[in-house]
Amino acid sequence: MAESLLRLESLNKSYGQGTPAETQVLHDIQIGIGKGEFVALIGPSGSGKSTLLNIIGLLDRPSSGLLYLTGKETSTMNDAELTHLRGAAIGFVFQAHYLLSAFTATENVMIPMMMQKGHADIHMRQRAEALLAQVDLEQWKNSMVGTMSGGQQQRVAIARALALNPPLILADEPTGNLDTKSTDAIFELMRRLNVENGTTFLMVTHNMDLARRCDRIIELVDGRVV
Amino acid sequence: MNSIFPFEWIVAMRFLREGRMQSIFIILGVAIGVGVIVFMSALLSGMQGNLFKRVLSSQPHITLERPKQQATPVLKLNGQETIAATIQKPSQRMNTIDQWQKVRDQMRARSDVIAVSPSASGPALVVRGSATQAISLIGIEPDAYIKIVPLPEKMIAGSFRMTNTDMIIGMQLAEDMGVQLGDKLRVTSAAGASLNLNIAGIFDLGSRGANQRTVFVLLSTAQNLLGMTGGVSGIDLTVQDPYLAEAIAQLIANATGLTAMSWIANNNQFFLGMRAQTYSSLLIRIFVALSVAAGIASVLVVSVVQRQKEIGILRAMGGTRRQVLRIFLIQGAVVGLLGSLVGSTLATGLLAAWRVIAKNPDGTPMFPISMDFNLFFWSAVIATLTGLLAAVTPALRASRLDPVVAIRG
Repeated sequence: MAESLLRLESLNKSYGQGTPAETQVLHDIQIGIGKGEFVALIGPSGSGKSTLLNIIGLLDRPSSGLLYLTGKETSTMNDAELTHLRGAAIGFVFQAHYLLSAFTATENVMIPMMMQKGHADIHMRQRAEALLAQVDLEQWKNSMVGTMSGGQQQRVAIARALALNPPLILADEPTGNLDTKSTDAIFELMRRLNVENGTTFLMVTHNMDLARRCDRIIELVDGRVV
Repeated sequence: MNSIFPFEWIVAMRFLREGRMQSIFIILGVAIGVGVIVFMSALLSGMQGNLFKRVLSSQPHITLERPKQQATPVLKLNGQETIAATIQKPSQRMNTIDQWQKVRDQMRARSDVIAVSPSASGPALVVRGSATQAISLIGIEPDAYIKIVPLPEKMIAGSFRMTNTDMIIGMQLAEDMGVQLGDKLRVTSAAGASLNLNIAGIFDLGSRGANQRTVFVLLSTAQNLLGMTGGVSGIDLTVQDPYLAEAIAQLIANATGLTAMSWIANNNQFFLGMRAQTYSSLLIRIFVALSVAAGIASVLVVSVVQRQKEIGILRAMGGTRRQVLRIFLIQGAVVGLLGSLVGSTLATGLLAAWRVIAKNPDGTPMFPISMDFNLFFWSAVIATLTGLLAAVTPALRASRLDPVVAIRG
């Protein structure tokens, strides 16, 4: 078993707590993900995948239970501590790339680094260009992201997620908007980065073919791991 | 990407550049507001400055006179019975100031007074043939008086030089009496004294009434004509700050026991008019600034809505609330600053055009317009601060966006 990176213990999430309309969307979740794993999170719509991903991504808080990330328990952290840990430990790739259209590909990749340091420098540019080369976009490094194809934009988003070298990448249906060819290419890219960099991936997908090509599948049904 | 700028600056500038049309229009909106404020302020201060100059340059800031004579009521018996039912106000005789040289020296010693000039004035008649005209005869010491009223600047014929047989008269009086330089007029005072005086100069004080009635002669000449041998009826003062004239007049009145009339009290309606103009201009400026602020705020609110997902992803990637807040505050301040620069340029152009358009028939400017650097500087500072303040609400809204909600839309 690989060294643990992420551990969820008895995690529950309810909305509208204390009201007659209280809805529990996650029930007693127990998940452990080791370093370097490539895990697929699957489940029908409404099963709680996105809620779980938001909690793991420290964008949302569980109603109860514990979440350990890089060995740190997060339930007692305040917003600033969560923001800091999120920036340092997690990279996000969304179905829509959410790149900043006012910036070039390289600048988009530099943004997490700039946010952390407060300014831009030449080392950030070099790292951003190296990451773009890793996702086969060297020739597009100075292009405005709006001029790139969907697949290329998603590659930029992946390079951006890797900018701060986080141990965990959370990918929320990263190929959901792409055609079959681009889907394969993006998945293979993530797989390669997983192997080359040792980065852990947790990928939400509806695509069972892709899920089967992951190290492990976690399936959620009605807010429970099955 | 330039490394000397902080991250928030870079993002703010890119956001503004990306929403180019939106940015241009709001900067234009700010520019028009600032342009109106700068143009109006320059025009108003030029106009008011000119009016003040005209008013102040034709009269002393403070005039000291002997207090008016009061009828002293007869004392009541035992404080109960009234002896006289009515008190008749006495007619005012021409009175001189006691020990006026001492008062003059006291005034010269004051640090807030920059010029002191004694004068002897009273009513008189000028006669030429069958033509007679009532005048106000003012006897002055020319060297002292020109520091009170710059008469040499107002001469339209002759010069401001007088002997004890010379007089200087207004252009209207010259026209009414049909006289010119070198002619003589007989001056007869109410006391009966009479002298033939030579017209050494003709002036224009900018007022028909003043040009018709005012006649200047040497102090000694006036003293002889008005029967004030060695005395003066008034002491004119120029003070450091004309706007403090009323307060200084009160202090002098208390200290000397004389009546001290300031130009502010003498021109109360003019002063009130100026003040009303200043306040109404201030109100207009405030409302223009408010509409500029509302414009900036509305554009930034729209920008926050448009960029909701981008803000969400910045927060998800570790961006702090403060960083997001600063991105939008900077945008507001930059819009204000750029708008003020464009607006100042616009106002400069308008003022230059105004100088060309607003001219007197003789081609001289209608009134000088002040192009004060301070006005441009403070406009830029206030516009930037307005932009910053206008951005507070949208910036707070952006910084408080929940990244999950923002990303999911």
